[in-house]
Amino acid sequence: MIEEVTLLNIKGLSVDFFTENGIAHAVQDVSFSVKKGQTFALVGESGCGKSVTALSVMRLIPDPPGKIAAGEINFENRNLLSISEQRMRSVRGNRIAMIFQEPMTSLNPVYTVGEQIVETIRLHQKKSEPEAWEIAAEMLRKVGISEPGQRVTEYPHQMSGGMRQRVMIAMAISCKPQLLIADEPTTALDVTIQAQILDLLDSLQQQSKMSILLITHNLGIVAERAQDVAVMYASRIAELSNSKSLFENPLHPYTQGLLKSLPQLGFTGERLYTIPGIVPEPLHFPSGCKFHPRCYLGCNDKRCQTIEPQLREVALGRQVACWYAPGYERPDDPKL
Amino acid sequence: MNPENKTNNSLLKVDDLKTYFPIKKGLLRRTVGHVKAVDGVSFAIKPASSFGLVGESGCGKTTVAKSILRLIPVTSGKVIFDNTDILACDASYLRNIRSGITLIFQDPFGSLNPRMTVANIVGEPLKVHKKITGPGLFDEVRQVLAKVGLSSDTINRYPHEFSGGQRQRIGIARALILKPKLVICDEPVSALDVSIQSQILNLLKDLQQEFSLTYLFIAHDLAVVEFTCDIVAVMYMGKIVEQATVDELYHNPLHPYTIALMAAIPKITTTQRDLANRLKGEVPDILNPSGGCPFNPRCPFADDRCRAENPALRPVPGNSEHLLSCLHIIKK
Repeated sequence: MIEEVTLLNIKGLSVDFFTENGIAHAVQDVSFSVKKGQTFALVGESGCGKSVTALSVMRLIPDPPGKIAAGEINFENRNLLSISEQRMRSVRGNRIAMIFQEPMTSLNPVYTVGEQIVETIRLHQKKSEPEAWEIAAEMLRKVGISEPGQRVTEYPHQMSGGMRQRVMIAMAISCKPQLLIADEPTTALDVTIQAQILDLLDSLQQQSKMSILLITHNLGIVAERAQDVAVMYASRIAELSNSKSLFENPLHPYTQGLLKSLPQLGFTGERLYTIPGIVPEPLHFPSGCKFHPRCYLGCNDKRCQTIEPQLREVALGRQVACWYAPGYERPDDPKL
Repeated sequence: MNPENKTNNSLLKVDDLKTYFPIKKGLLRRTVGHVKAVDGVSFAIKPASSFGLVGESGCGKTTVAKSILRLIPVTSGKVIFDNTDILACDASYLRNIRSGITLIFQDPFGSLNPRMTVANIVGEPLKVHKKITGPGLFDEVRQVLAKVGLSSDTINRYPHEFSGGQRQRIGIARALILKPKLVICDEPVSALDVSIQSQILNLLKDLQQEFSLTYLFIAHDLAVVEFTCDIVAVMYMGKIVEQATVDELYHNPLHPYTIALMAAIPKITTTQRDLANRLKGEVPDILNPSGGCPFNPRCPFADDRCRAENPALRPVPGNSEHLLSCLHIIKK
């Protein structure tokens, strides 16, 4: 077996937002590792904290109102949360790059795409202007844009959505990052274009051995693309697993419910499975396990209602936070 | 053309619908060309059934919906609803028809007025079309809210107090309060979270059974359409390229575009990717379509004939309910 090197290790990350109505715990005690050359997926519904986790890695949480309350983000042997802002600037966009969901709003409409890529390159690398333009065109060619020499002089509005996302990717990989954070990279795109963009990310990953932290709500993408996956619910990781086992045998009732409620090609039943209730808001989280009001196992269980289960390893490469998961309970656990 | 059109028992019949948008250029705003957003679409929907229109963004599926309700000027064609041509009737009759066809929108945040209470949002169609006001209106609103799974104490609240799924329920209540015959659902679940999607899809199905509703279901998600619809039409660049019953279309897709569309959906049941059916390129510029079959620039099977000739939508030999516009498949 090939030795797997950890590139990014997040330990006990908690992020709070101070709002007028109280403190919202957007991320609570999140820990996971991204291995070199692999894809790690963070999956969950809107508001579960997956994007806030990604922004924390880039140290882009707006402060105020947000604040990283606790935790470590270890990347290439240093804790990103303790280095200076100046040092962080040499990491951001260079060692760690990010692509966003909406390519139109994340590109500047008044600069050509070439100018925007050149800016990134010259910020991080000692290159002359003509060299940087050459690299920019080369990057566009790499992401599958035809006539890159012509395209570098175009503005974002002259391109289609899929093309703009390719430009975003070109910009992100122009400094050969070790880690690419992709926050819903294909959500705004049509399915046939989505497949093209995901294939592109795959081939770039294979060429350069970069790691991808993929943030998505689409479980199909996770099944196809990620080696490891963390399912987030209400600011915490509910289940962390290699993705094959997760889809074969989901352990957390939330993961089970999500997989069952997905309309899938070939489904012939009359009704879809539904998880009752709605996702709780950070200011009004229920006590105990945050999923218990919607859970078929824990809704009437005193322990689930009062004591929040922590993420524990229950099998090799499988962690879950549920009192009912097989192998979860330990002898000294409180009973109710 | 469409064999179903011959029978008179359809609730809605769209016949050769064309909606072109003029492109104006220059100082005098002269029309220099047309965007053929909908280009000769025909289909029929039977009462109490669901008809799905799928396709990628910009293929014209929403324009079809707007054309049916005459919300935008239509270039030509017929839309027969309840034996009346919507596109030819006068304004007062059009208003009457619009109480029989209602819409559910995609964005539950944008489609509800933030300054109106739930009672006003849901009750407004009744005020406009049935001139009902006062306590009678509130009773009707409470009844329809109960049907969509909202308690009657929500009646005086504002949209911002609700989650996305609940807002979509409010939108559905507003569409149902007039007891319409046809409900056009334009991407009703694509803005919702996964665990909420299935709740709304089940609700739409239950309501259809209870009130014998007919749905025109517009979506880009093939799996959602498979769950909801009886007959599905796939659109590409303003045209229907394939149409069949759900079972037939999903088990025996024939058009290269339909096959590619299905292959592109990421599936949780398999880690094997269908790379063989990947589409190259993007949807071509609708301002300057290439000649021939609209799909030919991206089609792996395109030959000279495909580049020259625009195929008509014709029944597949041996199955009159399966319609296809592809020279490559039908000639065989």
